[in-house]
Amino acid sequence: MADDTPSFDGYSCPLPIDRYPHVLMAHGGGGKLTHELIERVFVPAFRNDDLAPMHDGAILSPGAGRLAFTTDSYVVHPLFFPGGSIGDLAVCGTVNDLAMCGATPRYLSAAFVIEEGLAMADLQRIAADMRRAADRAGVTIVTGDTKVVDRGKGDGVFITTSGIGVIPTGVDIRPTNMRPGDVLIVNGPIARHGIAIMSVREGLSFGTQIVSDTAPLNSLVTVMLAACPSLHVLRDPTRGGVASTMNELAAQSGTGIELDETAIPIDDEVRGACEILGFDPLYVANEGKLIAAVPPGAADAVLAAMRAHPLGARAAAIGRVVSEHPSIVTLRSSIGSMRIVDMLSGEQLPRIC
Amino acid sequence: MKFVDEYRDRATVETLTAAIRSTVHHPWTIMEICGGQTHAIVKHGIDRLLPQEITLVHGPGCPVCVTSVELIDRAVAIASRPEVIFTSFGDMLRVPGSSRDLLSVKAAGGDVRIIYSPLDAVDLAAKNPGRKVVFFAVGFETTAPANAMAAVQARRMGLTNFFLLTAHVLVPPAIAAILGSPANRVQAFLAAGHVCTVMGYEEYLPLAASFHTPIVVTGFEPVDILHGILLAVRQLEEGRAEVENQYSRVVRREGNAGARRVIADVFEPSDRTWRGIGTIPMSGYRLRPAFASMDAEHHFDVGHLEAHESPLCIAGSVLQGIRKPHECPAFGRECTPERPLGAPMVSSEGACAAYYRYGALNHGR
Repeated sequence: MADDTPSFDGYSCPLPIDRYPHVLMAHGGGGKLTHELIERVFVPAFRNDDLAPMHDGAILSPGAGRLAFTTDSYVVHPLFFPGGSIGDLAVCGTVNDLAMCGATPRYLSAAFVIEEGLAMADLQRIAADMRRAADRAGVTIVTGDTKVVDRGKGDGVFITTSGIGVIPTGVDIRPTNMRPGDVLIVNGPIARHGIAIMSVREGLSFGTQIVSDTAPLNSLVTVMLAACPSLHVLRDPTRGGVASTMNELAAQSGTGIELDETAIPIDDEVRGACEILGFDPLYVANEGKLIAAVPPGAADAVLAAMRAHPLGARAAAIGRVVSEHPSIVTLRSSIGSMRIVDMLSGEQLPRIC
Repeated sequence: MKFVDEYRDRATVETLTAAIRSTVHHPWTIMEICGGQTHAIVKHGIDRLLPQEITLVHGPGCPVCVTSVELIDRAVAIASRPEVIFTSFGDMLRVPGSSRDLLSVKAAGGDVRIIYSPLDAVDLAAKNPGRKVVFFAVGFETTAPANAMAAVQARRMGLTNFFLLTAHVLVPPAIAAILGSPANRVQAFLAAGHVCTVMGYEEYLPLAASFHTPIVVTGFEPVDILHGILLAVRQLEEGRAEVENQYSRVVRREGNAGARRVIADVFEPSDRTWRGIGTIPMSGYRLRPAFASMDAEHHFDVGHLEAHESPLCIAGSVLQGIRKPHECPAFGRECTPERPLGAPMVSSEGACAAYYRYGALNHGR
């Protein structure tokens, strides 16, 4: 009889994870499937020495200097879009937040809230995109978390990344450093990301495909700081676009900002799409863009350094900081008149006519 | 961009501004009827380039602004029904009704969707036979042809679950109402180029003649608008009152025959209530009896609606050019784009929002 008793020792789900085409609730249950999901999707994608111990947390040696620490959640729809994915965004966005502090990004955490039913292949593709972006930025993903929510209670996957970076001695970047006379510089044509997302989300097609500008900006910041270690301010104009960022900077520094419309780089296809939709490109989201406030004497050197970098090839001085009209952003329009650039109320909505 | 940049050319703008300065000798009040032109004026700072003799006032030409509160309340009630997919152009979603807007309905679980073409709503109806798809048919004569085409297409496809909540408004009756008002101060009009692209400008001839008021059909770019103002000022200074076509690269006297035909097939003129202004006779479109089965207003019984507008809001006076947005005591205080009291503060083309967004330097908000 005893010989007939089935043994459950070592029994596991007979289906390996690659035989589950979709994420199940059980993948978030904390048991074997969760373990398999982590082992087969995330560990191979993110593999590095700090992740390897699979401890409750990562034990890090950040090195000398002050630490910068940031966190952000990514809820983009669709998950894949021309020029990137939620995976690229989740890494580049947090890397860029660190870079805007003047920090060298070092470590990221990644927490996934996955909707039951997400295609396993999509999750693997997202993880691979994260690894690629992390490699490009020179950061490692050292800890993370996975949860699964019922179908209909998520949007595929939400990702939260936190990041730690080290600020080199002598670098001090903050809005209150902004001074009248500072030159405002952008690293290239604006509004690409927002229009790229909208073109797929809303099924709009334009003459040419508009591709997101998602990119990690830390290596660009490094060359900018080499050209001007006393650079005053850096900010990435993501949601709310250049206009909202400029308003934040004006308000936080108590200075005025004057932009020159004709100097702001914007690609024709993006400008055309904005015209059709009734959007002001100044308010459209970017992902691989930064705004810098640079002391006037260093502006030419910073611009030259940026233009020698692939992510700054089309860098341009787009305005200056002024003492008049504190906390207000104005724009010299293309026809030579002046107008206010205000903070947007809510989202831009496509207009009727 | 070709066909845009040349109409934003700084040298041409300076030439036109100089011509306006040398032409004007008396103070004149000119109304641009269209919200798109209001927006362009403030966005490009055109008003700041004009000599002080010229006062621009902003007309009721933003369809989002003039849609009645009662109709917004009706849209909110219909969109709240579980069987309905409610579709609209984007900027209608934020317009406040008596108590709620369509974005609030969406947040509360209503199926409210932004579309870019009314034909997208027809597609939705075809793909969702178990739901009722309602399209909020808002706009001046400009959007009417496409909205009419949607009705024709839905019929062609045999759809019984596609409906229009019609809120169309018409420009010439509004001009007549403004000029006929005892409080009127408008001495010339810039007529909306895109409306005339569809309808032509023959309807304006009797208006210009009977009210002795110049009407200049005008485009939307800075060069267009300044050229339109120059033509209007010339007429005013010379005592003429004619219809002139500044936008001749697009607009023909008779308009677009095909577009007019499809409008006439689907819609018929009817009285329409304008938000903040009141009822203007025969100033809107309703569906013809042949399309009555698509009329959302009749199909959905939403009970009795009591519409309320804020007593502080002077939107009606602003929309008739009687007062300017910043002359409203609530402007920038009780009424902001974040907490609007009236529709002109909501729509991106509303005069109050345009003043608020771009005009703080001028008007000291």
